[in-house]
Amino acid sequence: MTTPIPAPPTTAATSAARDSAGAAPSRTARPGPHGARWWREVGWRHVVALVAVAFAVFPVLFILSAAFNPLGTVASTGLVPRQFTLSNFTRLLSGERGPFVRWYANTVVLCLVVSSAQVFASALAAYAFSRFRFRGRRGGLLSLLLIQMFPQFLAVIAIFSMFSGVGEVVPAAGLNTLVGYGLVLMGGALLHVWLIKGFFDTVPRELDEAATIDGASHAQVFFRIVLPLIAPVLATTALLSFVGVINEFLIAGIFLTDDESKTLAVGLYGIIDSDRSNNLGLFAAGAVLFSVPVVLLFQFLQRFITGGLTAGSVKG
Amino acid sequence: MTSTPTRPPAAVPASPSPAAPRRGADAGRRSVTASAALLRVLLLGTLAAVTVWLAPALVARESWVGLTALVVGAVSLVAVYSTSRFVPAKYLLPGTLFLLALVVYPIVSTLQLSFTNFGDGKRGTKEEAISSIVGSSVEQLPDSPTYALTVATRGSVTEGPFSFFLVDTRTGEVSVGDADGVQEVEAGEVTVTDGRVSAADGWTLLTPRQVNDAGAAVQELTLPTEDGAIRAQGVARAFEGRTVLRHDEATDTIVNTRTGERFGIGVVGDSEFFVGPDGRPAFSQSWLQGVGLSNYERIVTDDTVSGAFLRVFAWTLAFAVLAVGLSFAVGLALAVVLDDRRIRGQRLYRSLLLLPYAIPSVIALLVWSNFYNRDFGLINELLGLRLDWLGDPWLAKAAVLLTSVWMGFPYMFVVCTGALQSIPGELREAAVMDGARAWTAFRRIVLPLLLVAVTPLLIASFAFNFNNFNAIELLTEGGPFPPDSPSAGSTDILISYTYRLAFGGSGAQFGFAAAVSALLFLVTAVLAAVQFRATRSLEDVN
Repeated sequence: MTTPIPAPPTTAATSAARDSAGAAPSRTARPGPHGARWWREVGWRHVVALVAVAFAVFPVLFILSAAFNPLGTVASTGLVPRQFTLSNFTRLLSGERGPFVRWYANTVVLCLVVSSAQVFASALAAYAFSRFRFRGRRGGLLSLLLIQMFPQFLAVIAIFSMFSGVGEVVPAAGLNTLVGYGLVLMGGALLHVWLIKGFFDTVPRELDEAATIDGASHAQVFFRIVLPLIAPVLATTALLSFVGVINEFLIAGIFLTDDESKTLAVGLYGIIDSDRSNNLGLFAAGAVLFSVPVVLLFQFLQRFITGGLTAGSVKG
Repeated sequence: MTSTPTRPPAAVPASPSPAAPRRGADAGRRSVTASAALLRVLLLGTLAAVTVWLAPALVARESWVGLTALVVGAVSLVAVYSTSRFVPAKYLLPGTLFLLALVVYPIVSTLQLSFTNFGDGKRGTKEEAISSIVGSSVEQLPDSPTYALTVATRGSVTEGPFSFFLVDTRTGEVSVGDADGVQEVEAGEVTVTDGRVSAADGWTLLTPRQVNDAGAAVQELTLPTEDGAIRAQGVARAFEGRTVLRHDEATDTIVNTRTGERFGIGVVGDSEFFVGPDGRPAFSQSWLQGVGLSNYERIVTDDTVSGAFLRVFAWTLAFAVLAVGLSFAVGLALAVVLDDRRIRGQRLYRSLLLLPYAIPSVIALLVWSNFYNRDFGLINELLGLRLDWLGDPWLAKAAVLLTSVWMGFPYMFVVCTGALQSIPGELREAAVMDGARAWTAFRRIVLPLLLVAVTPLLIASFAFNFNNFNAIELLTEGGPFPPDSPSAGSTDILISYTYRLAFGGSGAQFGFAAAVSALLFLVTAVLAAVQFRATRSLEDVN
């Protein structure tokens, strides 16, 4: 058995599930220790946790504070907002520093399309690797690992030349277009094969066999039986992929130079980089708008993936 | 999960068996629905249409690589999806095509580039370099014709391609031309106002300001004529002059027709130039050419490069190890501390500790880079210090690590929490019963079990940090830079160093950067192989 490489989803899921299972009874009747013993055994853990939470959260507080700070400069921003204004948001949305709304739309469309395409292509390949035995299977899996260790960015010069050529033939997919940039990101089409394969391996083969005996084709087994069973995993993988795309900034910075075609990451970087001290408020407002959907997705999916994977589908 | 393959076609037949009988067998076993068949026809039809549409354009541009890719892609798609054979390939092909086109081909192409001198001033062919050298030697003679110039484009006003509309100041004749030549324009085709072209159908005319902004692309445009060439002079005038230089093809030298000087080909650095008698390049133009291993030699032999390379490599390793190690230590410690049911608010703590993981890293890094500002940064302010975080080599390294820990520990925390909970409590209890202290029980029993589960994640994390360009570029931009090494800063890791070489201010050196990239790939691959071997985590690919 191999462990899927990035496995936090499952561990997070199990830990959350255990939490909910264990927390309820202990909350009502807590026969814990008291006094000095409590401090020695439990109390100090609160102290450590509070320090850690402070460390984890203070940059977030800072972003919020900067976003609502009317002056919007580094010097005037602390952890606690002293004044409150929405002017940073209205200035940003008014497009005074570039078409923010357009960037947002670009990013959302790009992330949705690319991450679903990546997850779909990965799921297809993972199915083949999990269910079929064919020549070059092991080699294929290992070379996938190796190839993906090479950051696509290192080949950016070649990619750049390649797409300036593509742009001459198909202008809609050349440099400075979202289509072309999206294609570049599809280089990660098989990025999630290992993760998804790990989960396919946990789906009992008896299910496929039963369906095959009933006359299902391999495609029907895949789309109707195996894929729905790991839907929560696919959602989590899609989130990882989504976050990967939203954070990609290097190739985007070289590829997308027109204001109209930029993504949020590139656009916001442009705002903060043009004046690191005084554009902080605008940047932070953008950062809040940028982060909120991702944070919400994280919260939402954490609960979503706690459902049992194949619980009950095979008895005995 | 080692049950035997469930379906006969699982193994790709080494020699493709005849299609007909197999298809017959398949048809008996499964029913192809009408909609699936329709979908297949539609997709393959679209594919054919796209191929037919693109192929002529590729042929016209002599883009043979593109044409090969198109044909191979189309043929393999048709071969795989139009028959019932190659079942695994049906699932593998889409992702594989993307991977080949967008990852493997660029890697190969990067390798090729690493054997060339590709870079600023060395992009074009030798012919282009010669015509640029000859073209820029145009001299205005007293009797040269002059023109009222209007710059026009059918493309973009910033990028071109540009053409010149010319009105002869003596005869009033209108002509249009670009680098391929000049031709007359019929009177009715353009509007001439005040002796210059003021409108032309299908063309965008540039304002003087736009001409200025377009810069060299306009000023160096040379329109060849029968006995010389036309060049711009300022933004609104052009002149026809005689080229002083000539390329003598027989001897492959550039001849100055006025003085009789000859410039032959000589190698300067790693590239060929037209050189003067002193052996130095007479003209800055060179061209794209193979340079063998000289880029690699330069990494090893050039002192500034090799010194910087080793220093950067050492820090890259240190950064990746420390970033992963520290994040793991913090994450594990917190997971252990919080792994106690008696803690009130355990779930709240856990979800707050996850927050850094959910913040997009671009945002987080840019915010952190603000914190390190010496004068107004939050860190100095909160701690009452006046440290120049990003100006001091060691503090900058510490800053990069601190931020990496902030970004990395939540992930490790989640992973360790999960792993801890999967270790049976009885094991620890048994150890404690046997008289082991809590720490010993942790170190001897819990830690080894936990490491088995998380080692693959640590390796993946290491590989990620080894090439974590964002962390460096957004926080410190590689700086601070030691005075003796302007291209390799104190916090530069290999990938950010490569980036600066490729796109840095001192002229792009794509060929050299490609060589560093290739080396970087090799190093990453070797490190990965060593780690995999050491952990044996992937020996048993199931």
